[in-house]
Amino acid sequence: MSAALRVTLLLVLIGCVYLFLAQPYWFPAGASAQSSLFDHQFWIALWVLGGMFVAGHLVLAFVLSKKPRAAAIASRGSWQLEVTWTLAIVAIFFWFNISGERLWSSMMLHQQQAGEIQIEVTGAQFQWYFRYPGPDGVFGRTDAQKFAKADEGNPLGLDPSDPAGRDDVVTTAMIVPVGHLVQMRLRAQDVVHSLYIPAMRFKQDTVPGMAILSHFTPTKTGVYEIACAELCGIGHYRMRAVVRVVSEEEFARWLKAQVKNTSE
Amino acid sequence: MQMPSPNSILHEQAGFLRRHVFNTDHKVIGRQYFFLSLAAVLVGAWLSLLMRIHLVWPKAAIPFLGEIKPENYLAQLTMHGTLMVFFVLSTVPQAGFGTFFLPLQLGASKMAFPRLTAAGFWTALVSFLVLIAAFFVPGGAAGAGWTQYPPLSALASAGPGEGLGTDLWLVSIGLFCLASLMSAVGFVATTVRYRAPGMTWMRMPLTCWAWFVTSILILLAFSILLVALAMLMMDRHAGTSFFVPGGLLVSGKAVEHSGGSALLWQHLFWFFGHPEVYIAILPAMGVTSHLLSVFARKPVFGYKAMVGATLAIGALGFMVWGHHMFASGMNPYAGFAFSSLTTAIAVPSAIKTFNWVATLYGGRICYATPLLFSAGFVSLFITGGLTGPLLAQPALDVYLHDTYFVVAHFHLIMAMASLFAIFSATYFWFPKMFGRMMNERLGRLHFWITLLGAYATFMPMHLLGIAGHPRRYSDLTGVQYVSAMAPLQRFITLAAIVTIAGQVIFLVNLFWSMRRGPGADANPWQCSTLEWTLPSPAPAEGFGGRQPLVHHGPYEYGLLGAVEKDFVMQDAPATWSDNGPSE
Repeated sequence: MSAALRVTLLLVLIGCVYLFLAQPYWFPAGASAQSSLFDHQFWIALWVLGGMFVAGHLVLAFVLSKKPRAAAIASRGSWQLEVTWTLAIVAIFFWFNISGERLWSSMMLHQQQAGEIQIEVTGAQFQWYFRYPGPDGVFGRTDAQKFAKADEGNPLGLDPSDPAGRDDVVTTAMIVPVGHLVQMRLRAQDVVHSLYIPAMRFKQDTVPGMAILSHFTPTKTGVYEIACAELCGIGHYRMRAVVRVVSEEEFARWLKAQVKNTSE
Repeated sequence: MQMPSPNSILHEQAGFLRRHVFNTDHKVIGRQYFFLSLAAVLVGAWLSLLMRIHLVWPKAAIPFLGEIKPENYLAQLTMHGTLMVFFVLSTVPQAGFGTFFLPLQLGASKMAFPRLTAAGFWTALVSFLVLIAAFFVPGGAAGAGWTQYPPLSALASAGPGEGLGTDLWLVSIGLFCLASLMSAVGFVATTVRYRAPGMTWMRMPLTCWAWFVTSILILLAFSILLVALAMLMMDRHAGTSFFVPGGLLVSGKAVEHSGGSALLWQHLFWFFGHPEVYIAILPAMGVTSHLLSVFARKPVFGYKAMVGATLAIGALGFMVWGHHMFASGMNPYAGFAFSSLTTAIAVPSAIKTFNWVATLYGGRICYATPLLFSAGFVSLFITGGLTGPLLAQPALDVYLHDTYFVVAHFHLIMAMASLFAIFSATYFWFPKMFGRMMNERLGRLHFWITLLGAYATFMPMHLLGIAGHPRRYSDLTGVQYVSAMAPLQRFITLAAIVTIAGQVIFLVNLFWSMRRGPGADANPWQCSTLEWTLPSPAPAEGFGGRQPLVHHGPYEYGLLGAVEKDFVMQDAPATWSDNGPSE
């Protein structure tokens, strides 16, 4: 029984290690400034924690492999050992913890940059809306309860009496220029949703009643999927959108055309 | 052969109502909790099977249910989580085994507040029935997940299960909170007041330490949940706005609430919810520490360190709830604090793991089924635990949050590890609970299938999460990159089917052994703790008029150099152990 248990633990170990080395499914290629930092940090995690996983199972298989003895080793513990492994684990875990905090700062703490793109993101059952402030750089007032009519082209409830809202552009796909900081203000119209863009290594809940500021900087042109990551009701699984990262010129062209459409 | 005592004859002659309903015998109540959890785990496992089948064969028609629609799927996942977390993981390790064995291991013949303990069980049963009733109401059971985030859970217009189904959910879990509080009060009082003479704190088995600390966690955590549930209920029906902000538009209709905060619920819920994780795992850790010592025939390595780690986990458990909310919109500076505190709580968990391995080291290990499941627990605890420090880093967590990576993490560390401890406790204490032995051969077969099945089911889920697969998706076709992961989902479903089917072996073994298993001796595993000084099954009167006198620590194994009787009962005369520092 001892041998069978040992062999099984080793098989489990080999299977798990194989899974993480073969990587049949893995991160999508990163497309934002934070993605390479994130991937680097994840690799550290994988090596440190993966190493402890392998070591832990080898030791477990070893202690289970001892031949039957006439009498067990009489030991009630050892404070030297307790202190040693406690300090070792504190050192490893807190080194790892602190090494991740710089990344968190760069992801979460507010940043500013010349040429940043302002976008307001709104989650609603089961659709994402993206709003650009237009040439005036100011978002118009909204009141979803009073004015929102999704089928009449005003899903966010832009207040018609506010001139700042006349040039606002509302879309169902996020279009951003490559290399620019995308400054987002995230909102929700009904329940909690979560804007999840795996290629950008980005996720942020959108919470009704809150306007959450968050940002990322796309570094590669292309089309990337957005999924909803917070259970929001029966259509949660299909609350999909895309981010189209385009060149600066293309973005300017697109925005101009949109503004023209809106103001007509 | 022991003569039945007058008390137990009286017990046998009592009517059904007296024996099973108005009964205050903690051993009967413990068994009742055991069967309540068994019923809950069967329903919960059935629901997970339905979900797994629906994910990979979405058009499959289930007998009597037909095709599973998104609202059915969400109801199933909510009820699966609720049943498993509350009625299985928080019930059987604590209220089941704890109610039965805490007094016996302390040398007491009854629980403090026996009527309260009994009332706790009946409240839990009503709570279970109310929860199950939600399947049969218009709109079906609640569909906002076991975490019930408002506004989704606060507004009946937000989804099909958010009407009566959610009301029943709230009532049911409110009752469950009351039941847990009633039970926990008895645990704390019993531990503090009913210990036999000589049963000092440092002579308590680690199981008792775990039950004691868990009861304190229950008292603090479930009272918060009860308040939060009442607030949510009032938001739904009494016109308050604790959790619902103003200006909402749901299904094209304006919502008449204003001034609430959706994040407030998340803080209250997780202030309960994270200690809840430890409510589920601490008794499992206690059982594992206990059994590794028994089956390695060695004292627990670092008993005091184990007690200290249990207390540290209990205390730190109340300071880490924010790690469930890194992506919630909470202030990023709070992320730093919760991240460090979460890393801190990994330390006592690691200390425990080191001590388990050191307890096994050099032991004269008896590879019986309870030991196998305990070794499985350690393996799963290492595997599931090591993704903890990773998820404790907010920068890494936000990407993995609400993906299958987290599903894999908590199923391994909380669900599977606890389940393995529940199985080992069942195989171990079955003789004391039912007077018979379980079948070893079936037990081992059950272990191999469950261990390999648990890994095959939950390990690949990490990869789904890494590839960005969000959880709680009723369908894989809504997002393109998610639908590309269907082949791995199919593999997981097959593994889940095999694993769940393997549990039939356990059920057969359990019920067959209850009637036909070979009769058990008083102390079949050669254990030193006080419950094994009683005949099997433990008689109704417990220790009767006799009060055990405790002279020794709980883990005096393998110290005498003898093979035949290598342990000292806790109540053996003091002169028995001259070479052990047990005095």
